[in-house]
Amino acid sequence: MWELIQSNRRKSLVLFISMGVTLLLLGYFFGSAYYPDGGGFIGIFFAFVIWGILSLISYFSGSKILLAVSGAKEVTKEVHPQLFNIVEEMKISASLPAMPKVYIINEAAPNAFATGIKPENSAVAVTAGLLARLNRDELQGVVAHEVSHIVNRDVMFMTFSGIMLGSIVLISEVFLRSLWLGGGRYSSKSSKSSGQGQMIIMIVAIVFAILAPILAQLLYFAISRKREYLADASAVRYTRYPEGLASALEKISDSSIDLKTANKVTAPMYIVNPLKPKGQKLTNLSSTHPPISERVRILRSMSGGANYVDYQNAFNKIKRSKSPIIPSSGLADQTPIGLKEASITPVALGLNKQTKRDTGDIMMKVNNYSFINCSCGLKIKIPPDYKKTELFCPRCGTKHSLI
Amino acid sequence: MSGLIIVLVVVAVVVLFVISMYNSLIQLRNRVKNAWSQIDVQLKRRHDLIPNLLETVKGYMKHEREIMENITKYRSQAMDAGTVGEKAQAEGLLSGALGQLRVQVENYPDLKANQNFLALQEELTSTENKISFARQSYNDQVLFYNNKIQMFPSNIIAGMFKFLQEEFFQVEDAKEREVPKVSF
Repeated sequence: MWELIQSNRRKSLVLFISMGVTLLLLGYFFGSAYYPDGGGFIGIFFAFVIWGILSLISYFSGSKILLAVSGAKEVTKEVHPQLFNIVEEMKISASLPAMPKVYIINEAAPNAFATGIKPENSAVAVTAGLLARLNRDELQGVVAHEVSHIVNRDVMFMTFSGIMLGSIVLISEVFLRSLWLGGGRYSSKSSKSSGQGQMIIMIVAIVFAILAPILAQLLYFAISRKREYLADASAVRYTRYPEGLASALEKISDSSIDLKTANKVTAPMYIVNPLKPKGQKLTNLSSTHPPISERVRILRSMSGGANYVDYQNAFNKIKRSKSPIIPSSGLADQTPIGLKEASITPVALGLNKQTKRDTGDIMMKVNNYSFINCSCGLKIKIPPDYKKTELFCPRCGTKHSLI
Repeated sequence: MSGLIIVLVVVAVVVLFVISMYNSLIQLRNRVKNAWSQIDVQLKRRHDLIPNLLETVKGYMKHEREIMENITKYRSQAMDAGTVGEKAQAEGLLSGALGQLRVQVENYPDLKANQNFLALQEELTSTENKISFARQSYNDQVLFYNNKIQMFPSNIIAGMFKFLQEEFFQVEDAKEREVPKVSF
């Protein structure tokens, strides 16, 4: 297990360095495009200042920002005991050093993500829509997937390379726009300082500014796709029940509701890409997640056991390829881990109306609403700012005391 | 003179080697202990939940006296158990009895609708999951530790300082299989 994290770290480092070099080159070319004499180093300096500031912000408050942007609220065990229990189960199974904080997002679309650069200080966030749709086993699969992102240091990798990517995009954008705006002034200056060499640098800089963000993005997406498979494999190892995650993924992808609070930057963090694909061809290359149907088929064809080797075999069978998805150190441990049986037979949640009602209830609970079950069968929802000490049931008129 | 230095260096290397091996054994043993305490916490939690569960169920299940008596009996046996092996056996019996109770719950629709019972049921399910996940990690740690004690050269140090092998937490397969999987 430890070796697996190490190899993940090494890969992150390679990617990180190559993105860093790109950033450095960007700074150099942009700087020299403006000031041929020593401007390159000023450019490098500025590129690193921007990157440094963004990195510091993300290191110290990245999780908080992400959770705030997605509208997640930290909850106590009383709000959703089952979710809390499942997170604790996965904490034990994955031997996390500390219990992750539990957040619920007030959204009807089913999805989930994890944050936390260090496993000691992590969080798992799920939407209310997810809680309303999934049964216990499915929820366990989703939480296991999220916890494995924390254990495999994917969150750390995503955060830092995401910031690097963001810096590259930002700097290129600024450069291209400044050309657009200050084009006239620039050409008058360049005619003075006469230079074909200057012209070449300029062209290189422009080409770089257009290509670098695209390449960096593709690289980022490719690796984030691979990590989704690895997180699926780890999730099966933790729960020993591939069907739970498989049917959860199906249910999540069946939903037609959009996740309003997700955007391009936070998309790779979620268990299923929250942004709806538009063109199928393009999404294969630029998608942050592998196609769900494929993930489900791989999980369903795991019949032998719950070890990494079993996932790799299933992967090879479905994809008809030999590309290693699990680092070799993960495959070295061949101790068979048996699969578990379903603890709960899947509950048919066909009733759309009921799902909507449950989603609403969970959202209200998160927002400190209290509930009273009236004897007439009506569930009365009381907002937290309701000050009176009694209320009457709107259907049958029974008086309820609120103390 | 140079002979003395060589002897000193060799002695120093040997001493350092022994120290590092001893420390790694201690570390492994502590991990086993830590993993065991994880299981222990969950087993205690289960023992604490059972009286509540029986209290809730009692009013509904009039005809299942025997199962409930068994649960009480195995619970106290499990709480008194000393060694890992004894404990594993008693807990296995307790799991079996709780499983039988779950089967019977199917016949009591009123009980299945009871909010209090559902909450207890969730806690119990979760606790049993936690026990099984913790058991896996405990057994992993025991395997590492026992391997280290048996393998050369650490077995010499282990013998010198009396590091004893730890027991696996094994629930008898037959018992495990007896627990019927039932949905709620």
